Amino acid sequence: MNVRKNKLVSLAALGLVGGLALAGCGGADAGNGDSNGSDNGGASAGGYAELSGNLAGSGASSMQNAQNAWTESFMGLVQAEGGDIQVTYDPTGSGTGREQFLSGQVKFAGTDAALDEEELATSAEVCNGEQAFNLPVYISPIAVVFKLEGVDSLDLSAEVIGGIFAGDITSWNDPAIAELNPDADLPDLDIVPVHRSDDSGTTENFTEYLSENAPDAWTHGPIETWPIEGGQSGDGTSGMISTVEGGNGTIGYADASQAGNLGTVNVQVGEEFVEFTGEAAAKAVDVSPREEGRAENDIVVELDRTTTESGVYPIVLISYLALCGSYADSAEGEAVKAYASYIISEEGQAAGEENAGSAPISDELRTEAQAAIDGITVG
Amino acid sequence: MSTTDLESESPTAQPASMRTSGRRVGDSIFSYLSIGSGVLIFLTLAAVAVFLTTESMPAIIASQEFSGTAEFSLIETALPLIYGTVLASAIALVIAIPISIGIALFISHFAPRRLASGLGYMIDLLAAVPSVVYGLWGGIWLVPKLEPLYVFLNTYLGWIPLFAGDPSAPMRNLASASVVLAVMVLPIITAVSREVFLQTPLLQEEAALALGATRWETIKTVVLPFGRGGVVAASMLGLGRALGETMAVLMILAPGATFSLHILEVGRHNSIAANIASKQAEASGVDMSLLVFTGLVLFVLTFIINAIARWIVARSGPKS
Repeated sequence: MNVRKNKLVSLAALGLVGGLALAGCGGADAGNGDSNGSDNGGASAGGYAELSGNLAGSGASSMQNAQNAWTESFMGLVQAEGGDIQVTYDPTGSGTGREQFLSGQVKFAGTDAALDEEELATSAEVCNGEQAFNLPVYISPIAVVFKLEGVDSLDLSAEVIGGIFAGDITSWNDPAIAELNPDADLPDLDIVPVHRSDDSGTTENFTEYLSENAPDAWTHGPIETWPIEGGQSGDGTSGMISTVEGGNGTIGYADASQAGNLGTVNVQVGEEFVEFTGEAAAKAVDVSPREEGRAENDIVVELDRTTTESGVYPIVLISYLALCGSYADSAEGEAVKAYASYIISEEGQAAGEENAGSAPISDELRTEAQAAIDGITVG
Repeated sequence: MSTTDLESESPTAQPASMRTSGRRVGDSIFSYLSIGSGVLIFLTLAAVAVFLTTESMPAIIASQEFSGTAEFSLIETALPLIYGTVLASAIALVIAIPISIGIALFISHFAPRRLASGLGYMIDLLAAVPSVVYGLWGGIWLVPKLEPLYVFLNTYLGWIPLFAGDPSAPMRNLASASVVLAVMVLPIITAVSREVFLQTPLLQEEAALALGATRWETIKTVVLPFGRGGVVAASMLGLGRALGETMAVLMILAPGATFSLHILEVGRHNSIAANIASKQAEASGVDMSLLVFTGLVLFVLTFIINAIARWIVARSGPKS
């Protein structure tokens, strides 16, 4: 465990230094942030001035960019009201984040998989007797991107996408593709599927979509590590994008915000083909049912990837914020409540959209999440 | 000693003896400092070794080899990585050594002095480029440029196992990684070789010239045999860098885990360091431990290769 701790310490130190620098810069935004800060603060409205101390979180690297934006602008807002707080987020990965949260090392965690029942039960030990809960705060559409000269967008079904990534559909002018795209000028060119070489939540969500919608075409199930030996791959989202860009006839999957100039796939939902947009991704969360057997404040979405509802983009990644139901230290508790409220606020979600390309959560979800945050007891 | 004794008896003894004792204090400080540095490097190495061993124990204990139940095997995990690491480094050396010797000879024996120093300076600059920059350069600029060469090799020399297989663009294969590694180790090998070649006794060179040898024959009979040990040592330094190089490989290679000889195919090989870098962000528990274990393997591998290099250098050192 040493390596983890050391990394944490050094990252925390970095975050602290970065935080100090950013807190300094944050002052500039303060003017327009003020009013928003107080009306979305809920129970802690206008209470930014009293916030102080350090607040450390860790977890999923998927929401790293969004968390960077959130911590930066949140500290700016607090600073502007005369408070002084350091919020840091260490992208250790979901598993480590949950471990650290449940052992009390960090006060909130970001995770691609919500805390399960067992974890919630153990959370009472570090959460002042109350159980922890999950909030979906980061919704990110995953785009299927490709590079094919003269083609900017394609309509594809889950079966065809699954067949391509499984290696069964090997040419761009395959009848299965041509049938869905009668107007496209498809060349006789080999398809080069590209995957993520690192273990990734993006891969997991993408393959979950494939295996639920096209279990016959994609037979490997939802996986984190790519199951097929060989083939093109890239490290991280940037590696994936540069690999797809570097080839011809390549196809991959990546955070929609990084798609850039690459061609993108409109995914078949029911009878229509849906282009990825923040709205369509947020809608996927709205039409999906809550996971059953959870407490009222514990909002976990069971993504309905097989939905046929109109205007829904089903390939999305949700990351959760795990918070304690109660904080013994009142300064700490108030800080967590204010920060979580900021994250789900319109302003916070807009910051996420701008910096990480995430899809803002709906107003309905925001109301429920705010109620859950207001329910946190402090002291 | 006699001088000191004489001085201490003379009226000006005071400052002189102070100077003497001052020198002694300096001596002992310096000796402690240098011993301390020596011990420190040993302790650091020991600390790394202890860390790697203790952190990899969970994976070793839980592995298939020891418990018989786990789903992962130490050998199956480590061997393809060792193979990829060694293969990439070996190819890099095959490319880099001849070029380095050529550059070193040019600088030491052929180039006009002013050009030689300028060129030497530029070679040293290459060593100062961070590996992440090499990774970017290799991944974005070099890989597309190498594509026609690979297609040529694959089409016309495909009967050689190394160039066989089915390369597909972008060429993020082991060959590309090796080419970039070669560029990265070039400055080290060149700099050391150049210094060694410059040490060739001038008298021997002049003797060879006087006996009617041409410039090439002088280099062949005098300079190269004299510098052989140095060149081997330089190559091993380069090899050390190539074995441990992380970022450049990570950013260029599309990894896989096979024992394929086809260096033009993508998704066939991976190196230990690049594998650790790409997997460590989301690894925890026994997965992390397994990664540390591969780090331990690399540590041992580097030791073995260094030992071999020392043995070669000792055997083939300059004979005077």
